[in-house]
Amino acid sequence: MKNFWSKSAPYLLITPSLLLMMLIIAYPIANSVSISFLKYILFKPKDIEFIGVNNYFNVLKDPVFWQSLFNTIIWIAAGVFFQFFFGLLLALLLNRNFIGRRIVRSIILIPWVTPGVLIGLMWKWMYDGNYGVINDILSRLHLIQDYVPWLAKSETALLSVIITIVWQGIPFFAIMLLAGLQAIPEELYEAGKVDGATGWQAFWHITLPMLKPTILVSTLLRVIWVANSVDVVYIMTGGGPGYSSLTLSVYTYMKAQKAMDFGYASTLAIYLTLMLSVVALFYLKNLNLKEVR
Amino acid sequence: MKRTNAVNNLLLFYIPLSLLVLFAVFPYIWTFLTSIKPDTELYTSEVKYFTQHPTFKNYMDLFQKSNFMKNMMNSFFVAMATAVISLFVSVLAAYAFARFEFKGKMYFMVSFLLINMFPAVLLLTPLFVIMRKIGLLYTPYSLVIAYSTFTIPFSVWLLTGYIRDLPVALEEAAMVDGCNRMQAFFRITLPLTAPGIVATGIYIFITAWNEFVFALMFTNEATRTLPVALQTFIGQYDIQWGLLTAGGVITTIPVVVLFMLVQKKLVEGLTAGAVKG
Repeated sequence: MKNFWSKSAPYLLITPSLLLMMLIIAYPIANSVSISFLKYILFKPKDIEFIGVNNYFNVLKDPVFWQSLFNTIIWIAAGVFFQFFFGLLLALLLNRNFIGRRIVRSIILIPWVTPGVLIGLMWKWMYDGNYGVINDILSRLHLIQDYVPWLAKSETALLSVIITIVWQGIPFFAIMLLAGLQAIPEELYEAGKVDGATGWQAFWHITLPMLKPTILVSTLLRVIWVANSVDVVYIMTGGGPGYSSLTLSVYTYMKAQKAMDFGYASTLAIYLTLMLSVVALFYLKNLNLKEVR
Repeated sequence: MKRTNAVNNLLLFYIPLSLLVLFAVFPYIWTFLTSIKPDTELYTSEVKYFTQHPTFKNYMDLFQKSNFMKNMMNSFFVAMATAVISLFVSVLAAYAFARFEFKGKMYFMVSFLLINMFPAVLLLTPLFVIMRKIGLLYTPYSLVIAYSTFTIPFSVWLLTGYIRDLPVALEEAAMVDGCNRMQAFFRITLPLTAPGIVATGIYIFITAWNEFVFALMFTNEATRTLPVALQTFIGQYDIQWGLLTAGGVITTIPVVVLFMLVQKKLVEGLTAGAVKG
């Protein structure tokens, strides 16, 4: 009897969460797949009909899909790269002892817990073409002659939202990399010093290789997170002007929320999920599963 | 030698650090400065940095002329309910993952990890349809359910780490002294991992408090949460920046205060996986 209990205890303990996950994730996803085979526009309930894989073909013929996919690639590549770059810089700076280090570390994390909507709004206000502080600063520095409507010009809209997402994502990278830096044993640097390594050499030959697992894991988590991010772009530009700053997840969201075209939106979401699964697979392959905590 | 050191310090350390900190905090400073400006100074041809006439009119208007108080209560209820429910089911699962070896454990853990990677937009349409069918659409419960889809897998992962960090020996000693497993769990494991559980709870609260994508579609005027309320200040033709920035300040302060309380523990838990994995 005792043996029976200790054997089934773990299953009993995970049952509530598993049941809930089946109910609120697995079942809806199955539902989503079936919706993707329908012509399903929410405010036309009489026109709902089965159209097979038509939505899947229509997406591939949709120029907006391709434009948003292209934007998404730039959005992820530039967004994650600069988040990483500045995050690493910040982590290296914070890895030193200095007065006020704890305060700086706390302050720097605030963007990470700020609502995405507010981040979008704050930056929209700063980018404003008439009253925006960014225009004011740049023209005082003589970097621009006339005020630029950053978010209303198709040449600058995507760049502007990328700067915002970089700002939002720096703290995450910084704390992850800082934890990685602090896990590198001091002896390695001492040994390097004995062998005559300069600061740069120590960075290239000790810090970076030791940091590699942390970099890999946090970069891939960020790629997925940035790809899924909707609120910042939705608030700042709504994907516009035209489709110049439309990412795939924002396009999907707007198809559901604005156009109420649930069939098409589900199909777009499934494409997005499949693409991200490839990324996730890469992530799992590079991760030693035994060490997942 | 000493001199170049000081210059180096300044150039390679203090200046880049100050610039990065300034970059991080400037939007908040600007938002706050905007929120205390009188309307007449918001839209001037030359940007004014510091107002001569600071006013809290925007904050008063926010509470008197809009439903901000109601929105805040809605947000609080949703965030609180999500945190309590998610914590309850997650602690149980995390305890199983941290303390038992069982068939399929790896498989279950990986599936919790994978769920975290699903795009929100994938669950958006089916959940909307389901909520409508069972009559929960436009109620706070629809948001609690929607948020649980990402807070539960995430908390399981985080809590498993916290429980695993607690030496098993403590529970074993209690069991030798005559506690059964359940008593050991309630008397030893739970109190000793309380800081981790509180940190996870606050993180769930913050996530739910900040969420916008589901909230915009799953609420109506009566059940609207703060992020959606903020968005409604964007009109068709103009944006009420004074009200908006004041609302932003009020929305963010509770979250930042909560975060500061558990920051250390939370960062520990979040970074542990990435560093060791």
